[in-house]
Order: sequence, then C-alpha cells, then structure tokens
Amino acid sequence: MKTSIIIIGGGPAGLAAAIAAKEAGADDLIILERDKELGGILNQCIHNGFGLHTFKEELTGPEYAARYIEKAKELEIPYMLKTMVVDIASESGVKKVTAMNREKGLFVIEADSVILAMGCRERPRGALNIPGYRPAGIYSAGTAQYYVNIEGKMPGKEVVILGSGDIGLIMARRMTLEGAKVKLVAELMPYSGGLKRNIVQCLDDYGIPLKLSHTVVDIDGRDRVKGVTIAKVDEKGKPVAGTEEYISCDTLLLSCGLIPENELSEKLGTGMNPVTNGPFVNESLETDIPGVFACGNVLHVHDLVDYVSMEAAVAGENAAAYVKGLLKETCKEIPLKAEGGVRYTVPARIDVNRMKEEQIVRFRVANVFKDKKICVYVGDSCIQSLRKKVLAPGEMEQVKLKKVKLLEAGDFDSITICLEDA
Amino acid sequence: MYDVVVIGAGVTGCAVARELSRKKYRIAVLERESDVCEGTSKANSGIVHAGYDAKTGSMKQKMNVRGSELMEPLSKELDFPYKRNGSMVLLFDENKRGELEALLERGKTNGVKDLRIIEREECLKLEPNLSDQVVAALYVPTGGIVCPFGLTIALAENAAVNGVEFHLNTEVKTIEKTEGGYRITTGKETFEAAVVINAAGVYADHFHNMVSEDKLKITARKGEYCLMDKNVGDYVSTTLFQLPGAYGKGILVTPTVHGNLLVGPTAYDIEDKEENNTTQDGLAEVLSKAGNSVKVVPTRKIITSFAGLRAHEQGGDFVIKEVEDAPGFIDVAGIESPGLSAAPAIGEYVAGLVAEILPKEDKEDFISTRKGIPNMALASDEEKHALIQKNPAYANVICRCEMVTEGEILEAIHRPLGATTLDGIKRRTRAGMGRCQSGFCAPKTVEILARELQTDMSEITKRGSGSRFLTGINKE
Amino acid sequence: METRELICIGCPMGCNLTVTIKDDNEMEITGNTCNRGADYARKELTDPRRIVTSTVRVRGGKYPVTSVKTASDIPKGKIKECVKALSKIEMEAPVRIGDVVLQNVADTGVDIVATKNV
Repeated sequence: MKTSIIIIGGGPAGLAAAIAAKEAGADDLIILERDKELGGILNQCIHNGFGLHTFKEELTGPEYAARYIEKAKELEIPYMLKTMVVDIASESGVKKVTAMNREKGLFVIEADSVILAMGCRERPRGALNIPGYRPAGIYSAGTAQYYVNIEGKMPGKEVVILGSGDIGLIMARRMTLEGAKVKLVAELMPYSGGLKRNIVQCLDDYGIPLKLSHTVVDIDGRDRVKGVTIAKVDEKGKPVAGTEEYISCDTLLLSCGLIPENELSEKLGTGMNPVTNGPFVNESLETDIPGVFACGNVLHVHDLVDYVSMEAAVAGENAAAYVKGLLKETCKEIPLKAEGGVRYTVPARIDVNRMKEEQIVRFRVANVFKDKKICVYVGDSCIQSLRKKVLAPGEMEQVKLKKVKLLEAGDFDSITICLEDA
Repeated sequence: MYDVVVIGAGVTGCAVARELSRKKYRIAVLERESDVCEGTSKANSGIVHAGYDAKTGSMKQKMNVRGSELMEPLSKELDFPYKRNGSMVLLFDENKRGELEALLERGKTNGVKDLRIIEREECLKLEPNLSDQVVAALYVPTGGIVCPFGLTIALAENAAVNGVEFHLNTEVKTIEKTEGGYRITTGKETFEAAVVINAAGVYADHFHNMVSEDKLKITARKGEYCLMDKNVGDYVSTTLFQLPGAYGKGILVTPTVHGNLLVGPTAYDIEDKEENNTTQDGLAEVLSKAGNSVKVVPTRKIITSFAGLRAHEQGGDFVIKEVEDAPGFIDVAGIESPGLSAAPAIGEYVAGLVAEILPKEDKEDFISTRKGIPNMALASDEEKHALIQKNPAYANVICRCEMVTEGEILEAIHRPLGATTLDGIKRRTRAGMGRCQSGFCAPKTVEILARELQTDMSEITKRGSGSRFLTGINKE
Repeated sequence: METRELICIGCPMGCNLTVTIKDDNEMEITGNTCNRGADYARKELTDPRRIVTSTVRVRGGKYPVTSVKTASDIPKGKIKECVKALSKIEMEAPVRIGDVVLQNVADTGVDIVATKNV
C-alpha cells in the first residue's frame, strides 16, 4: 500500500492535521487510529470549555471532536480504526509504517510524509515512586475519567487525588457529581499544575480542599486501598517528618503530569527534546527527518485543545506542501534558546526564510512569575517583548515572532526567549 | 482421598506438583490466593544463581547447583523466558579481596563452572557502566535470569495438564493426623491425603507446627525493589551482585529477562507476614546502595516498585525433609534465596522423598512439554501473520507499552489454570507491565475478562476477592 | 466600598479579576481581557451560575452512557438537584448530539442535551 501522507493518531491533533493537509491539496492521505472511534481523548473529556478560540463557543470534548470528525468525513479523508502502528522506518526518504488490525492483519504502508499525532499518557504511580502497598483502587485520573464518562462506572467512593493537573481537578468534580466523596487534592508543588478556572469550578465550588506542597507518602490496604498518608513537603519536595496525616479512602487518583507518547518517534530516530519529551521541530513543525511532522501532545503537552488544533493545522499544511514539493528546503535553521524562566520552546529551530510573516512560539515557564515581560532577543538587542501579569507552569504561553523584525536584525546565530522584570 | 496434597502454589509447590504428576498419584494443590504465584514467587529478583554462594554441603548448595543445571533445559521443555546472562560479584575494597577469593574457592568446591576473578579493566569491558569504586569482581558466566511468573505458571499449567487439581481461593485452616495420613480443613472442602507437602512459604512454620512438637520458626524477610523502563534495560548486561553480607546477597543491579532494569532488594526481618509494602526508607536504600555498583542509577526511569517476603528459617538453610514426628508430612520450608533457582531441583528431590513413602508407577501418558502463550512483541513477521491468520484477535493491541494483543489475553484466560484477575493476565502476558503500568489497558483487560468469564465488569478484581476494580455505577 | 478578587472561569485563560463594589452597589471590574470577564464577575457576585456536565444511561448503544450538559448555565445552587434528576433517566439508543434529554431540569428553564452520539 502507498499513500502520500500518513497521520498517526485520530485525536484532535491528527484530525486537524489531516483536514488542513486535505484542504491544502493533499488528496492521498490516511489517518491510522488505535481506538474504536475518532476523537482521541476528547471522547472522555465530557466537561465544557473546549472550542472558545476555534468555534467561538463553549463545547464539551465529544462535541468539539464531532465537529472535526464531521469535517473529516465531509472531506472524505480515509481512516482506519482499531489500527495500531507498531513500527515506522525511513529509508531513503520513503517512510514505511507498519500497522496491525483485525481486518488487514499486519501490513505496511509507504508514504512520503508522516504526521506524528499520537498524543500523550499519564505518569503512573511507579514514576512517582510512592511507597506502600499495591492494592486495587489506584488509578490515573484519565483511567478514572474513562470509567466514569465512557463506561458509566465508578472506580471508587472515597477519593484522594494526588496532583492538581487539569484532569485531576476535572475528575474531582466529576466523581463528586456522580456520588463519590472527594476528600482532598494534594499537590507536591507550591502552586497548582492546572488551570485556575478549574480550581474555582471543580474544587472551590464543591468545598474540596487543595493542599499545596503536600504529597502522598504511603498507601494503605492490601487488597483495595484503605487510606493514604499525606505529608507536607519542603522546598525540595521532600516530605517533612511529623506532618503526616492519614486519610481514609478507597481510591487514589493520580494526576501528576503527562508524557508525550513517542515510542514510534524514537524508533524512527527523530531527535528528542529531554524537556518536553517530544521531538525537536523547526518552524514548519518538521522533525529532523525531512517529511516527518509532529503536532499536538506528542510534540509537547498542551492545556488547550484549541491550540492543539491550530498547531496541528500548521503541521498538516506543511506536510501537504512537502509532498507537493512546495516546502522550500531549509537553508539555515536558527536555534531558539529558552532562558530566564522559560523551559523550552516549540519550535526549537526557525528558518527565517521559510517562516510565515508571523511565527507562533509556544513555551512553558519554570515557576509562578508575576509582573514579567516575555522578551525575544537577537544577540544583545531585544526585538520584541510582551508584558504578562502572571505566568504559571500549568499554562502554556506563546509569543508571535515577527518576520520583519528578524529580517531587520540582520545576521544572527540564535534567538533567545526569556522572562524579564516588567 | 488424595495421595498427595501440596499446600501452596508458589514456585516450590508447583515444581513439586509437576514432578509428582509424572507418577500415578492423585494430587491436589491448595492455594489461599486466587492464582498461582501470588507470594514470594511473584516478588523476587528473578535470578538463577550459579551456586557459588551457598555453604558447601548445605541443602541450599545442593538444590541451587542442581536447579541451575536443570533451568535451561526446563525453560525449553516448558517454554518460559530464561537467559544465561552471567553475573559478577563486585569487590569495592581491596582489603576484602580475601572474601572474594574465598567465594571463588567455595564456588569451585560447590561445582560451579568457569568461575574466575577479573580485574577492573576486564570488568569494564563487560560492563562499561560500573562505578568507579569497583576494583575487581568474581565473574560467573553460568549465572542466569528467569521470569519468576513464567517459571511458576509453566510448572503449574504442566502439572494441571497432567492431572494435578489446583484448588485456588482455598486457605488451609487445620491439619490433623489420621489413620492413613492427614485431614486438612479449608474454608471450603476438607481434604484427606496420605502425604502432605508443606510448601507454604512464610507460613510453612504455621502448618508444620500443627503436626509436630519440634517447632519451626519462619521469619518474613522483606526485600524492596525498583523496576525501571526497558529503555534503560541494557544499562547492564550481567547481574551485578555486591560482596555478600550477613543479610543475603546485598543490593543487585540486573537486567530482567524481559529487558527491564531491576535494582534491589533490601533485607529486613518483619513481624507481620502480610506486610509486603514498600517504604520510603527501603526504596531510598535500594537506590543509594545500587549506586555503589553502577555509575548512575537511572531513577527517573522507575516504572514501579514492589516488595517481596522471603521465608527465612532460623538455621539459614532450606528445610526439605519428612517431619520426624509426623510421618508423611514433608516440609519444604525456609525457601528463601536461591529458592527460585533451586525450584526445579527441589521438585525432583521432594518427588524422590514421596516415592519412598508412597511408591507408585510412572504414568505412560505424562506430557512433559508445554507451549507458552504466543508473544506478539517478540514474534517474527511470519509468526505474527500466522497467529493473526489463526485468530484476528492477535492483531488487536490491548497493552501498547508491551504490545500485548487480545489474542494473547484470550489465550491467558482460556488455557489450563487460566487467568481470572487483572494481575493474572499481567503475569501471563505482561499486559500492564510496561511504562504506563496499565493506565490504558486496564479498562480493556477488565472488559475482556468480564466478557470471557461471563460476568459483570464490577466483579473483576485485581487479584482476588476484596480487590475489586470498580465500586458501582454512576449516581448510585 | 468593598473589593473582591475572582478568577474568571469564562474560558481557560482564567483572568484574575478585581471587583470594586461601590456604595451604590455599582461594580467596577478590572483585570478582565474581554467582556465575558466583566459579565462573569457581575453574575458570580449576584447570581452565580454554572454549566453542568454529566452522564445519562443509554440502553442498546455502543456505550452504556452518553455525556450530557445543561444547554446553558444554571444557578449554582441547583447543581445537585440537576444531577439527581439525571440519575432517573435512561435513554434509548441511538442518541445524537443535541438531543434533548430532559426539559426544564430542576425548574431552571434549562434543558439537558446530549453531547455525544451513542
């Protein structure tokens, strides 16, 4: 089998990328999706708050997904469901994607371009190395979300949540509304990892305490969780002796961060950014393997699906341009440096000649900052800056690089994005 | 009336049952948990020790050396993962070289082949990531690694195929002497048997003391471990021991037979024989001591941690014999390290003891081989095609981290002694053992289990009653 | 004069709002990026409302439940009653996005609509 573009993953990123590629004139493409329907994780995100940027209205996850699914069907974009990609290789420019499903068995599709849109997964208990027993009743927040929202089943009745990431906050409210008692949310950091609106409407509304600088230090219960011990942590995140408190519960939900799922990218051999756990990409969202693009949570973890869709559309357009031979070859890729509180940037490199008039650079900051400005430096000169009242690690930031400003700056070897006092 | 009742379906009990099933015995294995391999056998280092370490002439030495010899052919016969990866005992302090040399001598006396001491330079050729403190090592090319679940389940399945009855969820309550043997009461049925094999792990003393005046004491010795992602599984290729101390073999760093990196265990005696939890201090100790052996312990790659309880008998040796004041009651007690390595030999030896008490002829139709569950992750493309051809469920990936398909899970459920729990599936197929630790596949596995066992999803447990996965439905 | 600090929940930006309530009950709102922020602050201090999302059982569908939402926001105090009303409902498949699941939930004048095709 041969095609020009394979999109791996039919979630928000894959759908938006496929639609954009098709609309940009790439007719020969296919989406490979491992689940039994398109839409990805949005199908279980039944809360509202999606689509304000894209559709100017507030949708739930399944509704947001449905808009893209309908569009993809309208454009007659082919897709395969329950299809797992097990390998990708690139041989002299040809990408070979090996996949499996019930109907076709094990098969290989060759393509000129691949768009990586596999999404991310949650950090498990083990990665947090929480001591204690290993009973039933410990779930990642996303697993609990699947049970409650898709299967209509309750994973527990008395709940402690570790980690104040958005899924954890959302699940605090969901479990409460479905009849569980959520006793508290403990967060290791002195600030929440989730969006502020979620703290207000998921915790405050229901009187669920958020314990910052706290973590779970022990899990009790041999068969099913009977309780957990929480403790305060010091500045280094180490539990402070004497602050332990036992909370009885039958369920511990973990919402302690997401990790881009890049096993396939690694097989392909794309360079990986150790900060994002996603591949390094240039302004066209192209990895260091020509014709392989990445977008959405596989590239870096987003908090807003609207931004995933926007980013993915860029990847889709560029993949279309690539297969049609319209994507100029890169001549000089300038590295972007993340400094002064900025943890990383996506893209990591920019070819000024290839970039559009405006280039969105997305990033996260390393701490909670107040009254700062986001500065763009070329050499010693600050060519752009943007004031921000508050910046937090839980919220992705962006700056729009202006091509004219970069061209004005003349010759340079790197662009630095950093925070400075406003 | 049974000829033999085996108490405990750990690796020892299963090895004994499998050996006994060669003869025309009526055999029952009684296990309190919902599956085989639920105690010490599921939480250990997965090492096949070469046998240099045990005191010459001890049961440990005899069983270990023989078990280590038997392991490779057995792994072929019963199709479970085993690899002879070699091991090293690391010397950090030149002043203790005498102890390393003594170990070499003991190994030679114990009949371990190809042992030699290698100096730092040669050590580094074999293991480039050794720490700066390593000065020399005892190199043991015959050391190996095995999947402890694979071994135990293979033995149990093969025993079951050869007629051994496995009674799971059956906890022994009392044992009393009768005219022709023993009467064993459980939470369910009562069993009568001519011969009883006490392979009850940390509880072997409890059952022994029911029938004998000569009391036994087994102490649970906790060992905590951290398991790391497969992407650091090749950080070392041999099993790295540290020169042994009073409490076992110290902290080891080893690849597992499935390609993960494992570090551990600690060794602390504990009162409560159910206390298999990990602790903050224990895990910290594991990681810090492992740091003596290798340059950097990749702690960021930890995917899970666990603890196991070894059954330590005061005398420090395996106790494998007919109890003097309880004829027909055979202890297989104190099976701590190197118990896993020794299991095949223990099976053979105990079968010999039983044959003396209760002679029986061999079965003509004994089936000595067993084929394991196909492994799509390791299969060649041709094998994959063939499996999918046979059943398209082999193309439906359930656990993406370990690439386990529905076909493998179905096979795990429907073969002899099939899995009924999530942990049962995990230990048979590795679904849920990868880096996401079942976050994605658990709901799917629960669904398949419920469908295949024709029960409701809410009935599915992690590992038997009391460990239900779900507590009800929305808005109840 | 009274000052209240709020976080706007209008969208994921989560603007920090400062509301100054003057003696004549007139509100002065700062910190908002758009008008929705000002609207939210006024509502939150006088008549707090929320959109409620939940699930409803479905018979004969590809999933046992469908997701639902209130078609517009309802008074915060009515959330519990709203969810309770949903517990009694069972739909017949097929359910389409936008189907009305329950009219005038908890006497709020707001309908419950399905948000998923099941």
